[in-house]
Amino acid sequence: MIYVYSFLFAGFVSMLGQLILDNTKLTAGHITSMFVVLGAFLDSFSMYDKIIAYVGGGALVPITSFGHSLIHGALAKASEYGLIGILTGMFDLTASGITSAIIFTFIFSLFFRPKN
Amino acid sequence: MEKKEYKKIVDRHKPTENRTQNAVISFLIGGLVGVIGQGLIDFYSSWLDISSKDASTFMIVTLVFIASLFTALGFFDKWVTFARCGLIIPITGFAHSMTSAGIEYRKEGPIYGLGMNIFKLAGSVILYGIVSAWLFGTIRYLLLGGL
Repeated sequence: MIYVYSFLFAGFVSMLGQLILDNTKLTAGHITSMFVVLGAFLDSFSMYDKIIAYVGGGALVPITSFGHSLIHGALAKASEYGLIGILTGMFDLTASGITSAIIFTFIFSLFFRPKN
Repeated sequence: MEKKEYKKIVDRHKPTENRTQNAVISFLIGGLVGVIGQGLIDFYSSWLDISSKDASTFMIVTLVFIASLFTALGFFDKWVTFARCGLIIPITGFAHSMTSAGIEYRKEGPIYGLGMNIFKLAGSVILYGIVSAWLFGTIRYLLLGGL
């Protein structure tokens, strides 16, 4: 069942982005930035955690989960160390995604040329 | 020529985009990426015998690797043109934007090209993600405490 929910949720978020892209003058950059803010906003009421518990991987794949991971790591550290924890914990959960994207990009740009 | 008439002619010659079709394709491809994500979580957690939380980190890294590699090989651009938000909204879009910027600007040198342009497209996601997470996180911490 979790696969069906994953499909529906990730599909719904992507479709929402596409509808905004087609019907407004906003670009893909606007939309991804908006969705990250939306994910962070939803998690400030712990709502995104409930979605993840229900939907699983489908909620972790869209860019909204990037915003959720940022604030989630920050709040986890904050409950331990106070306000400074928001600064130290910000990258706790997203570090793997950002670091791997940087490393892969660096390696691949050394070996590949643009196609056109 | 009257402005109204001109606008009519422009509208007639605009390439017609089928918005419904775009939305359906995005839904299907985006959903498929979500299913692949959940499948990878199940695969890693049973194969490596780790919690699903740790497995989700492996899943993110796998998707980033695939998107980066396919972008470098040159055919991910075509997929993105076809699926649009179906591949841009998932984490694959983040990896795609970084790798395509990296490969595109590398010819301008390692510092002024690659170094300064790698976050050209992904930077706004990181910037607004951090600013909003900091703002919402501070408010939430002051009002309700941590997690």
